[in-house]
Amino acid sequence: MSRIGVFVCHCGENISRTVDVEQVAKAAGEIPGVAYSCDYKYMCSDPGQTLLKKAVAEHKLDGVLVAACSPRMHEKTFRKAAEAAGLNPYLCEMANIREHCSWVHEDRDMATAKAKDIVKLMVERVRKGKSLAPITVPVTKRALVIGGGIAGIQAALDVADAGHQVVLVERDPSIGGHMAQLSETFPTLDCSQCIMTPKMVDVANHPNITLYTYSEIEKVDGYIGNFQVTVKHKARSVDESKCTGCGVCMTKCPKKKIPNEFDQGHGMRPAIYVPFPQAVPNTPVIDRENCTMFQSGKCGVCAKVCGPGAVDYEQKDTLTVEDVGAIVVATGFKLYTIDRKPEGSPIQGYGEFGYGTIPDIIDGMTFERLASASGPTGGKILRPSDGKEPKQVVFIQCVGSRAREKGISYCSKVCCMYTAKHTMLYHHKVHDGQAYVFFMDARTPGKGYDEFWRRAVEEEEAVYIRGMVSRMYQRGDKIVVMGSDIQVGTQVEIEADLVVLATAVQPQDGADLLAQKLGISYDKYNFYSEAHAKLKPVECATAGIYLAGACQGPKDIPDTVSQASAAAAKVMTLFAKDKLERDPVVAKVNEKYCVGCFACKKVCAYGAIEEKEIRDRQGNLVKKVAYVNPGVCGGCGTCQATCPSKSIELDGYTDEQIMAMIEAL
Amino acid sequence: MHAEHIKHDFEPKIVAFVCTWCTYAGADLAGTSRMQYPSNVRVLKFPCTGRIDPVFILRAFQKGADGVLVSGCHPGDCHYMAGNFHARRRFAAFRALLNFVGVDLNRLQFSWVSAAEGGKWVDVVTELTERVRTMGPMPEFKELEHEEQWSTFAGTSVDKSTVLNSPELKEAYDSIG
Ligand SMILES: Cc1cc2nc3c(=O)[nH]c(=O)nc-3n(C[C@H](O)[C@H](O)[C@H](O)COP(=O)(O)OP(=O)(O)OC[C@H]3O[C@@H](n4cnc5c(N)ncnc54)[C@H](O)[C@@H]3O)c2cc1C
Ligand code: SF4
Ligand code: SF4
Repeated sequence: MSRIGVFVCHCGENISRTVDVEQVAKAAGEIPGVAYSCDYKYMCSDPGQTLLKKAVAEHKLDGVLVAACSPRMHEKTFRKAAEAAGLNPYLCEMANIREHCSWVHEDRDMATAKAKDIVKLMVERVRKGKSLAPITVPVTKRALVIGGGIAGIQAALDVADAGHQVVLVERDPSIGGHMAQLSETFPTLDCSQCIMTPKMVDVANHPNITLYTYSEIEKVDGYIGNFQVTVKHKARSVDESKCTGCGVCMTKCPKKKIPNEFDQGHGMRPAIYVPFPQAVPNTPVIDRENCTMFQSGKCGVCAKVCGPGAVDYEQKDTLTVEDVGAIVVATGFKLYTIDRKPEGSPIQGYGEFGYGTIPDIIDGMTFERLASASGPTGGKILRPSDGKEPKQVVFIQCVGSRAREKGISYCSKVCCMYTAKHTMLYHHKVHDGQAYVFFMDARTPGKGYDEFWRRAVEEEEAVYIRGMVSRMYQRGDKIVVMGSDIQVGTQVEIEADLVVLATAVQPQDGADLLAQKLGISYDKYNFYSEAHAKLKPVECATAGIYLAGACQGPKDIPDTVSQASAAAAKVMTLFAKDKLERDPVVAKVNEKYCVGCFACKKVCAYGAIEEKEIRDRQGNLVKKVAYVNPGVCGGCGTCQATCPSKSIELDGYTDEQIMAMIEAL
Repeated sequence: MHAEHIKHDFEPKIVAFVCTWCTYAGADLAGTSRMQYPSNVRVLKFPCTGRIDPVFILRAFQKGADGVLVSGCHPGDCHYMAGNFHARRRFAAFRALLNFVGVDLNRLQFSWVSAAEGGKWVDVVTELTERVRTMGPMPEFKELEHEEQWSTFAGTSVDKSTVLNSPELKEAYDSIG
């Protein structure tokens, strides 16, 4: 580039007060190849931009440097102006002489000298710059949603209502997630299933939604706009197309005493079952591990009684490949359960709480099932050990959550509210009963939340004790709860009939494995990481993948639904155009020099590097080289610094450009 | 003629290779907060520390930099997920190499400065500048050249000091870029 224009900005007084801008412009004019230089009061103003455009035309400039503020501020502004003047926008650069110079150095001589140096460096960068054309990638307007809880359901419905095809993949036999398990929901105490089940049915009936339950993600290839997702459909042993959902098989199955997961192991189910009566789809599945037919080859009752002949013991897992343009991850959470410390759980366990040995110590979700009209007790609060109505119930908050010494420092966010809800539900059902709550803080931010919590404390007679529980043990048919009341400064001991623990909200099992398949990042607890905590809370750093619900961190239903709709909106924005334009700062391989060692492939965090075969005219393999998929490349340049044969180069940051800058030091 | 113990009154040239997302933004923040620091540093912006080839550092030293700073996002905060981890590993190996060839490692610093750490940027730059100021101008390449000459005399009884002061050597040194 031989005709570079340099524009030095005063930024009012911001730069000119400490930097002699005229001198900088003059010095710039003396750099070989600089055809024009000037200084101006406000380069970013309309007249400033016009000045730039006019100079490009009049002086036939083929590169532009604006020495002004940080490129993070105005690079786009000036690149646009340069483009309007007929230059390639990537031939316009900025030298930061405000944030990195005038504002941080008071000494006028030093600051001026530094500004000159910065301009000199950047002129070299412009000189070695290349025109770059924006990259366009086609977009498949079809979305994948992983997880069929309220988050996934909401996102799928929103995208489908907008007229796009959606594939919803749920690993359980039915959609619904945890919300389907809840009894009443805070802060309004409306029945969870009453608001949830219609949505579940909508999903099943929506013409734009393909629902795969009892299915998992096997593999994810491709990139934004163009993902290929392999879905594994686990064998249900029941043909969905034939089954009418009559349920005869379930009533005739001889194995009936299998703890029902949906009821947190408290109700019983047969080996062929639907998780709960309102399940969607209402097609049973055979739990092969508990089925006599699968275990010993004898039985086959369900196949015999099934009218339409839907039972199929020979069914195999199958795979399908789905082409989608965007992915919403909505895999939700699991609860840390005191009697079932999950493998790899960061929580150290609660030996002092009689770790899992006392049957009447249950978790919050189990209480939801006990309180639910469709639950194992028909909505009566009865304790698991002997089915008696508990008259004294102790609720303990923050079990595992906010306990750094136990291994988790975050707040599980929903427990304060659901414990308050539980005390109310209990009080409504057992009028002569007494609820106690051990808590350290009450955290109830949310519309109508504090009011709800106060109602529990002030009107519904729950006794809130600020303090920790140190020990629990069984005495006769009671559980002795020993704790402290730090407000009064005494020890307390309560003889409880039932203890409900608000245990930590944790990511689902296998959340990390799924993240690895998707190429998205996750935190030390395995919650998925958003691209930016404040400004990109629903996007992943990996383009085209969005987050919704509790898989990102503990969330209640309103927050989950909001985020799910936000994720859907992001998907719709992506689908609004047929082609996607992206920043052309991507890596390219020089196939002539590439030796095919694929060192680059190993370091690329985006999986952007593919192996490409080079063949001669006869079709014989000459060699394998690296190929960077420009749609996937994030533009970090790690591959370039790694390549031993220097055959891969990041546009916009070429070795030539950087070396030229260093030469100008 | 050794440099170490002389009090140096010179303005060291410091080059900083930084990533766009964290350290560059951190330096911007130092600016918007009007924090003051020595004007010796020249910043070269990279998308990611992962893009920084050790050759750039060598070249910078060769071109007269007295100190080099490489700075990017904190572990786990990389905009490109893992670029800074690759950089860290690469520089650990590279430092060992520099050490092996006799460059004082105090001249090369690797640091994490986030977009929120304007103050840390100021501290890092100030510290490095002052440290290098007391160390004096970068002499290593000169000495490197000497070492090479020494090896040809290894095992002989030639007086090294006369070799070091020989006109041939001076010429050889002057011809280095
Ligand atoms: C005891 C308790 C009471 C609560 N009460 C209330 C309340 O009253 N009000 C309120 O607002 N909130 C309440 N909440 C919070 C509420 O449960 C959550 O906000 C909500 O369930 C989050 O929905 P989700 O879709 O993100 O996750 P989930 O409900 O966990 O759904 C995730 C779905 O993804 C599926 N899945 C997981 N992994 C995969 C995979 N790899 N592939 C495919 N599918 C997968 C799961 O099977 C599940 O169906 C309560 C929580 C608890 C623990
Ligand atoms: S581009 Fe470089 S690192 Fe990648 S395969 Fe080719 S030679 Fe190896
Ligand atoms: S520049 Fe980064 S994202 Fe692009 S191919 Fe290279 S390593 Fe992968």
